Amino acid sequence: MAELSNTVSQRAARNRWLLLTPALIILIFAASGPLLITLFYSFLTPGDYGGVEWKFSTDAWFGVLMQRDIFDDTLGWSDAHLSILWRSVKLSVLTTIACLFFGFPTAYFIATRPKKQREFWMLLIIIPFWTNLLIRTFAILELIRNEGTINSILIALGIIDEPIQMLFTEFSIILGMVYVYLPLMVLPIYAALERLDFRLVEAGYDLYATRFNVLRRVILPLVKPGVIAGSILVLVPSLGAYVTPRVMGGGNQLMLGNLIELQFGQGRNWPLGAALSITLLAIVMVALLAYVRAAGNEEVKHG
Amino acid sequence: MTKAITAQSLRKVYPGNPPVEALASIDVEIQDNEFFTLLGPSGCGKTTLLRLIAGFEHPTSGKLDMFGESLLDAPPYKRPINTVFQNYALFPHMTVAENIAFGLQMLGTPKASVNATVGEMMELVQMSHLADRQTGQISGGQQQRVALARALAPRPKILLLDEPLSALDFKLRKQMQLELKRLQTETGITFIFVTHDQEEALTMSDRIAVMSNGAIRQIGRPREIYDRPADRFVADFIGDTNFLPAEVISNSGEVTRLRLSSGQEVDAHARDGAQGKVTLALRPEHAELTDDGAGLLAGTLREVVYFGTDTHFHVTLDDGSDFVLRRQNSPADGNDFATGDRVGLTFPAGAAQVLRD
Repeated sequence: MAELSNTVSQRAARNRWLLLTPALIILIFAASGPLLITLFYSFLTPGDYGGVEWKFSTDAWFGVLMQRDIFDDTLGWSDAHLSILWRSVKLSVLTTIACLFFGFPTAYFIATRPKKQREFWMLLIIIPFWTNLLIRTFAILELIRNEGTINSILIALGIIDEPIQMLFTEFSIILGMVYVYLPLMVLPIYAALERLDFRLVEAGYDLYATRFNVLRRVILPLVKPGVIAGSILVLVPSLGAYVTPRVMGGGNQLMLGNLIELQFGQGRNWPLGAALSITLLAIVMVALLAYVRAAGNEEVKHG
Repeated sequence: MTKAITAQSLRKVYPGNPPVEALASIDVEIQDNEFFTLLGPSGCGKTTLLRLIAGFEHPTSGKLDMFGESLLDAPPYKRPINTVFQNYALFPHMTVAENIAFGLQMLGTPKASVNATVGEMMELVQMSHLADRQTGQISGGQQQRVALARALAPRPKILLLDEPLSALDFKLRKQMQLELKRLQTETGITFIFVTHDQEEALTMSDRIAVMSNGAIRQIGRPREIYDRPADRFVADFIGDTNFLPAEVISNSGEVTRLRLSSGQEVDAHARDGAQGKVTLALRPEHAELTDDGAGLLAGTLREVVYFGTDTHFHVTLDDGSDFVLRRQNSPADGNDFATGDRVGLTFPAGAAQVLRD
């Protein structure tokens, strides 16, 4: 009997592995594979015309934050990289905050509509999301450029004489990224709000809580997982954003994504590009770990 | 006596196609310190009335006063009225003690005073030992107590209870009925209780308003409602009732002389000067079986159903209608009537009630 059940459980285990094969193939070749290649490349020497030479070097990693002066060969911080790194983090965090500021009321508005109307409002949020990223970015560009819609109207109305320089600033990058990533904030918050029992909101009002207190003490704590998920979904692609800073920032407002692209293109420094990619990944991982920890605490508390 | 709530021509129509009239011009006065029950089937408007008083809904027209002052401009968080919700609506992200403290904190009560009242309230509902539990970790009956304590803690002038016992099992419900009544007497707070359970209404209430289709059909003390139902709906909804066709012979004040379908005559209660053909309501336990020919009505015994405490006799009257009679059992009872027997039915003068159409 024992032997029989043993073979049965062995067969079950084998079947399980067999069923897992497609997932494993994807994980090995699509997820871990490219990542390992990138990591591997970051320890090689750049080739003269792009590509890599098969020679071990830590120069790329060294170049992420440091640089050697071309004249006196002294070590120093790489100011260009540091400022780009700082701009990436700053703009991404500001984008996330702005998305939260506009996304939460939007999600709340939709979640409190009658059920039949919600689909319509959600569609309005989702349709731009289906549109090509580049087209949406150029649409915003058309709005804010010096000869664009906003400036033309303001000048026509006589409110301003000179066009306001909005394009090619950090503001325009944030505006573009907020526009592009807002649905990613609205959707998870909406999902959380839709699951929220609005009788709890009534209970709050009933117990003398003002609108602000109901929001602070009842609604926000209950939709916190949705807020965190939305923030992560906005922050992560913002950190790696490439198209938006390129179009809205012109050439002088680089973010990490642009810097990486530069290394693989004109810079012909693939190892540095790979090292920067891994650095970006590390920053994202830190953000995700913070999320997992926050969500984990929540679970322990609710038991 | 002061009036806790006065509603005049209170009407609520929900917009839509077609619009739904949830309350059709209600007039009701609820006394201070009263256990007042709104009783009716689902969709009768009782919860709408409760939500209007709580402030979650705004009436389409009419007046709503609390202790003589209009409530209509006050948002729910400015009304000294608390609600025990049907599903309790406890805050899942707070402990038992935090839930109970919430209302007091929102009122800006000093911390020491909040803690003292929370302790007091937890003792009142016997939940002190579970103060730090999350609300998801306690049983339905315990959640019920926490909801009650949370609503009572800010000392409201009026407590609204929206079918708070419907989720509890039978035994717990019985226990909570008594406990609610005790709490109402002890705190002196006006309780407005919504239920569709007639037994619950009869056991706990000082007065009951029976509602259907957005209107109040009858307001009265439990005994009045049961013994003297105003119309067919009330008689049918509360308890079991036999409906008998009859004709008015004479009418003097509250006592009306009637002729039954059998040709026999009997006195009954009537509210207004009833004339012509009327319907008579008679409770199953108010009638008695007699030998054939000896009663006011005659028929054939179709079925005898034993229920432990009592026995139900189903009789088909000679005019073809069905009649149910209930008799309390006692050890001395024999099997004096058997299925198929010809039997008579009798009831004392005044036991039957003439219904409004």
